[in-house]
Amino acid sequence: MQVVLAVVIGVLFSSGIYMMLRRNLLKLLIGLGLLSHSINLLIFASARLMRGRPPIVDTEGISTSGYADPLPQALILTAIVISFGVTAFAVGLAHRTHKLVGADDLDRISETERL
Amino acid sequence: MTDLLLVFPVLVPMLTAVLALLAYRSLHGQRTVSMVGAALVFAADIALLIEVVRNGIAATRIGNWPAPYGITFVADEFSALMLALTGLIGFAVALYSLAGIERESEAFGYHPVYHFLLMGVSGAFLTGDLFNLYVWFEVMLVASFVLMALGGERRQMQGAIKYVALNLISSILFLAAVGILYGMAGTLNMADLASKFSVSDSEYSRSVLRTTSMLFIVAFGIKAAAFPLFFWLPASYHLPAPAVSALFAGLLTKVGVYALIRVFTLIFVQDTGYTHTVILVIAGLTMATGVLGAVSQNEFRRILSFHIVSQIGYMIMGLGLFTPLGLAASVFYIAHHIIVKTNLFLVSGAVERIGHSSDLKVLGGLYRARPELSMLFLVPALSLAGLPPLSGFFAKLGLVKAGLIQEQYLIVGVALAVSLLTLFSMMKIWNEAFWKAKPERAGMLAYSDVHLRYQLTPIGLLAAVTLSIGILAGPVFGFAERAGNQLFQPADYIRVVLGGVR
Amino acid sequence: MKSLILHTAIRIVMPLLLFFSVFLLVRGHNRPGGGFVAGLVAAASWALYAVAHDAPAARQAFRIDPRVLIGVGLGVILLSGVAGLLAGRPFLAGMWLNPEFAASGEVVVGTPLIFDTGVYLAVVGVVLTIIFVLEEE
Repeated sequence: MQVVLAVVIGVLFSSGIYMMLRRNLLKLLIGLGLLSHSINLLIFASARLMRGRPPIVDTEGISTSGYADPLPQALILTAIVISFGVTAFAVGLAHRTHKLVGADDLDRISETERL
Repeated sequence: MTDLLLVFPVLVPMLTAVLALLAYRSLHGQRTVSMVGAALVFAADIALLIEVVRNGIAATRIGNWPAPYGITFVADEFSALMLALTGLIGFAVALYSLAGIERESEAFGYHPVYHFLLMGVSGAFLTGDLFNLYVWFEVMLVASFVLMALGGERRQMQGAIKYVALNLISSILFLAAVGILYGMAGTLNMADLASKFSVSDSEYSRSVLRTTSMLFIVAFGIKAAAFPLFFWLPASYHLPAPAVSALFAGLLTKVGVYALIRVFTLIFVQDTGYTHTVILVIAGLTMATGVLGAVSQNEFRRILSFHIVSQIGYMIMGLGLFTPLGLAASVFYIAHHIIVKTNLFLVSGAVERIGHSSDLKVLGGLYRARPELSMLFLVPALSLAGLPPLSGFFAKLGLVKAGLIQEQYLIVGVALAVSLLTLFSMMKIWNEAFWKAKPERAGMLAYSDVHLRYQLTPIGLLAAVTLSIGILAGPVFGFAERAGNQLFQPADYIRVVLGGVR
Repeated sequence: MKSLILHTAIRIVMPLLLFFSVFLLVRGHNRPGGGFVAGLVAAASWALYAVAHDAPAARQAFRIDPRVLIGVGLGVILLSGVAGLLAGRPFLAGMWLNPEFAASGEVVVGTPLIFDTGVYLAVVGVVLTIIFVLEEE
């Protein structure tokens, strides 16, 4: 399972970077989204994968080897919230740029600067 | 009491932003709230600084969770100094904004966003937890995105896209590094990480640590605009309203530098021969490329933007040397730079306001038209170049001395040469904008004779601070040395954080 | 977009979604749910309204400016944090009226619930601000 997860993280990360290297503004946003997904999975994997273990240990039976770490999920939740806000802002920005410049090609947006 | 002092720098801007949001109908109300809030934050930051100087490092546990599990707010002398500077800049720029922001932007929500930005910056300086640092970074970034795009001109959008994209990539790399660290150590409390990594390096793989540290260098390097990923800064900082770029120039990149210094004095100190040499090389290249970029520019704010990059090099040079003196010089340099750079951007805004342009070819004769503004420009400009007896001289002196003691002659040479080029480009601005006669061409607007009351007050205030840092260089450097020592020997920091409330 | 089916359905679906969002908010203390999710559900119901009618109509039906809601939400969050300070404990320290109910799954009233309510309001405010701005442009 860990290998699968590692591959998924890698694929997501590299496709995110690939998307960001395109000239299209919208693909930049999609790339950002993919990148943040891959990092969320990375944090998830950092907690070590476990199945059927409780996240909270009872006061009686503390066995440190046998519980699933809940903290990374809290971290991921926060990261998702943040990336949600940031993506929403970036979509707004792209929308506005598209309206002002009439193009979603980053090279053409740069050209208008020089004119 | 320290509990209160430690949360005020975050709480007061938040409250101010909330009140400003609720008063969105009344421009006057927003402005009043904003000014009062900025003054209160400044006062709270100064109070915290005094408390830390008197009683040593202070810490509080947010939500009453014990240290390695919950989030801790810590203030050592370095953090407290950065907070006090944030308060000062926040106040000065808020005052400047009263006349420097377009009405539409103000009505859209300039004031609340401004205070959210201050909240993010203060939080980043206070937190003792890496993930929390990420959160504050994002608060700061989202607020800065809004300020960057406010007004919405074409050029501005283009700058904003670069700014947003690069900063988001840096955040993502930062988060990845945080995830890897958590996987290794199972904690994100910086003091806890420091104590875990310093005890025995056999338990943790050295190569993974080294890789992670490089991720941190890249992530924070982008935010600090260090070589080679600095180009977003000169592409965007000259575009928003002058008040906004002054705030960005003063505070935002410095948060990146702060994070670099914090992480590379606390967590990654097992491998200094490697990591800190990398930092030193980056420092030299940043200095050189920044200043060379500035020399080739012909627009007031663009020159200043490139100088931010070059100055970042000086700030991390002290970190790269990694001696108490080097760190002290870095701390001093950051303090000096924040004030001076903000002031220069404020001056450029005032010049733009009078001359309707920031192109040096169009400007000229400002010395005759506005002698008081010209004098106020000279103070930060010469200080930036490092002329005695201004603050920049002592900052550079400290760095050069630290470099010579470590026998790092190459970096010292670069620092001195860059300093000369800085003087050259400051003199270029002086000659072109202030000294030469105003070029007479058809269709050019005459200088407007607007009153610069709101502009000159903060500019004068910051110039006075620069002068007094120069005059009181001894005691201020003494303070920086204590801060440098605290950074170099983090045992106290770790003890205060992990030992709970003192 | 004018669609008779959506128009009619929204009258039933929207109250359901809003009730569901409150349910999520209240149960979020110890079980899945919470302020953020609940806020998103509530905001989604208003987004649906904006799709069924149009953004100006949704804005009118919403009555208050969503930016004010952000302010109110953050204010409530602040209050929940300051409560700890007032009680002489650190900022954001949790305090409950009936902590003994936590195990039985009843609603536990305390500063975390107030905090969640603040998050709920702020999320609704932020999302609606963005949606309205994007829809109207």
